Amino acid sequence: MTDLTKPADARTALMVEAQGVRKSYGHVEVLKGIDLEVRKGEVFVLVGPSGSGKSTFLRCINHLEKINGGLLSVDGELVGYRMKGDRLHELKDREVAQKRRDIGMVFQHFNLFPHMTALENLIEAPVQVKGESKADARERAMALLERVGLADKAKSYPSQLSGGQQQRVAIARALAMKPKLMLFDEPTSALDPELVGDVLDVMRGLAEDGMTMIVVTHEMGFAREVGDALVFMDGGVVVESGNPREVLTNPQHERTRAFLSKVL
Amino acid sequence: MNSSDQGSVHPGRPETIKAVPVRHPGRWAGAAVVAVLAAMLIHALVTNRQFQWDVVNKYLFDSTILHGLGVTLELTFLSMLIGVAGGITLAIMRLSANPVLSSTAWFYIWVFRGTPVLVQLLFWNFLGALWANISIGIPFGPAFWSEPTNKAIPLFVAALLGLGLNEAAYMAEIVRGGIQSVPIGQTEAAHALGMSQFNTMRRIILPQAMRVIIPPTGNETISMLKTTSLVSAISLEELLRAGENIYSRTFQTIPLLVVVSIWYLLMTSILTVGQYYIERHFARGANRVLPPTPFQRLRRLFAGKPVPKIEHDVVPGIEGGGHV
Repeated sequence: MTDLTKPADARTALMVEAQGVRKSYGHVEVLKGIDLEVRKGEVFVLVGPSGSGKSTFLRCINHLEKINGGLLSVDGELVGYRMKGDRLHELKDREVAQKRRDIGMVFQHFNLFPHMTALENLIEAPVQVKGESKADARERAMALLERVGLADKAKSYPSQLSGGQQQRVAIARALAMKPKLMLFDEPTSALDPELVGDVLDVMRGLAEDGMTMIVVTHEMGFAREVGDALVFMDGGVVVESGNPREVLTNPQHERTRAFLSKVL
Repeated sequence: MNSSDQGSVHPGRPETIKAVPVRHPGRWAGAAVVAVLAAMLIHALVTNRQFQWDVVNKYLFDSTILHGLGVTLELTFLSMLIGVAGGITLAIMRLSANPVLSSTAWFYIWVFRGTPVLVQLLFWNFLGALWANISIGIPFGPAFWSEPTNKAIPLFVAALLGLGLNEAAYMAEIVRGGIQSVPIGQTEAAHALGMSQFNTMRRIILPQAMRVIIPPTGNETISMLKTTSLVSAISLEELLRAGENIYSRTFQTIPLLVVVSIWYLLMTSILTVGQYYIERHFARGANRVLPPTPFQRLRRLFAGKPVPKIEHDVVPGIEGGGHV
């Protein structure tokens, strides 16, 4: 909707489009003009050293962070703003919340609601936000828990689950809203190594079902195997992008090579 | 210990240690001193005729006292209601991004916490001297409804305003502490799911903040029950004033003060038990196992089983290595 030089069908194939996205906290600029495109149905992997701005960029996509410059759109609609004539108008909280319904997010530290059981975590938003009936929401929630292999933990509180189990519940919670885009912010970084596999398996299953996913991760094996596109970020800019298998095996930039030599 | 080790001094399972426990003569001495002091106190209570236990007995269920008790309970309940509702409102205002709202809340808390509640009660009582009439209408414009202040704010309402609005200032700080104790990730998770600000506060933040808010609120309620006695200063007939009214006629001061104290003590004890159950309810999800209720404790005691401590309990169905 913003770049009119592209043909219409090329733009509708895009889930996320970023043009010169900038973000700063006070005088510190963390994103210095990010340009990237995420196609529908694609698994898009963001890698880079900590502090490179990849998590911040992810959080801009569902407007948990407000961008200071550039244009960012999800499924053809601007994030956090509306174009009226040739001026941008900020969206109201209610409108922002409306758009977030369609974007699922999975956090590094799970952020499950600790005062609710796994099942209650899943039905909370569908009932409160979408006004679904409790019976319907519960039925779908059980199916989702089944899918992540935790149907028997429906009545457990998060504190009674292992980290890996909590993260799988968190993925199911996001899926309960039937999102068109899933954001993963280092979903396995806080897990014991032996628990990482279960979470990655669930994500792999999602990718096979054609879910559009943007994944910030340090799991290069996952990126290589499941990723359709990869971007390497450093210091708030995109250093290199392309097919994950090519970038990871044959990086073109010195900075990428240095980073990969440490994590691979 | 590896039992298959050759040359091991104790092959097989090591035996349970049998040792003489450490003796604590100091504990026995301390207990003896306290026991003697307690005996002296009980002796004094029973033998000092000034207590006039028969008079205490006579007035314990006197209708004036029971009426005063009713007023005290009503005042406690209603002023805590005002306090909690006002406290939540002030706390949310205080945390608001709107500078006018947050500084208004700050100013309110500054004034109401910074002056004694007795002074505030007197102010509400003498409000008529400040503004003779109270009216509702357009600000700075005509009034639709007007009433003399003393009629619009009777004694009970003055007491309620004095106690409730003062309490709101204290509750505001308690609620604010509770809200701020909930990690920011909870708000982010709720927002990411598309929940509104209001629902995030109501469904996610406040229920978790409750765990932090409830214990001090219980203390505030117990404290409020006793603070209502200050209202006797503006001659509202609550429990203390009822006792005073009787002993000003009969001059049986001490026994009536004992009657009043017995009722205060009984009510605060009941509130303490209630507080325990409410805390237990809001601990859901925070403790792996809820602590036993006093009744469960008693039953286990009589069944001869030791009362388990929380950290030793194991929940069936938890596979090891749960993260909190």
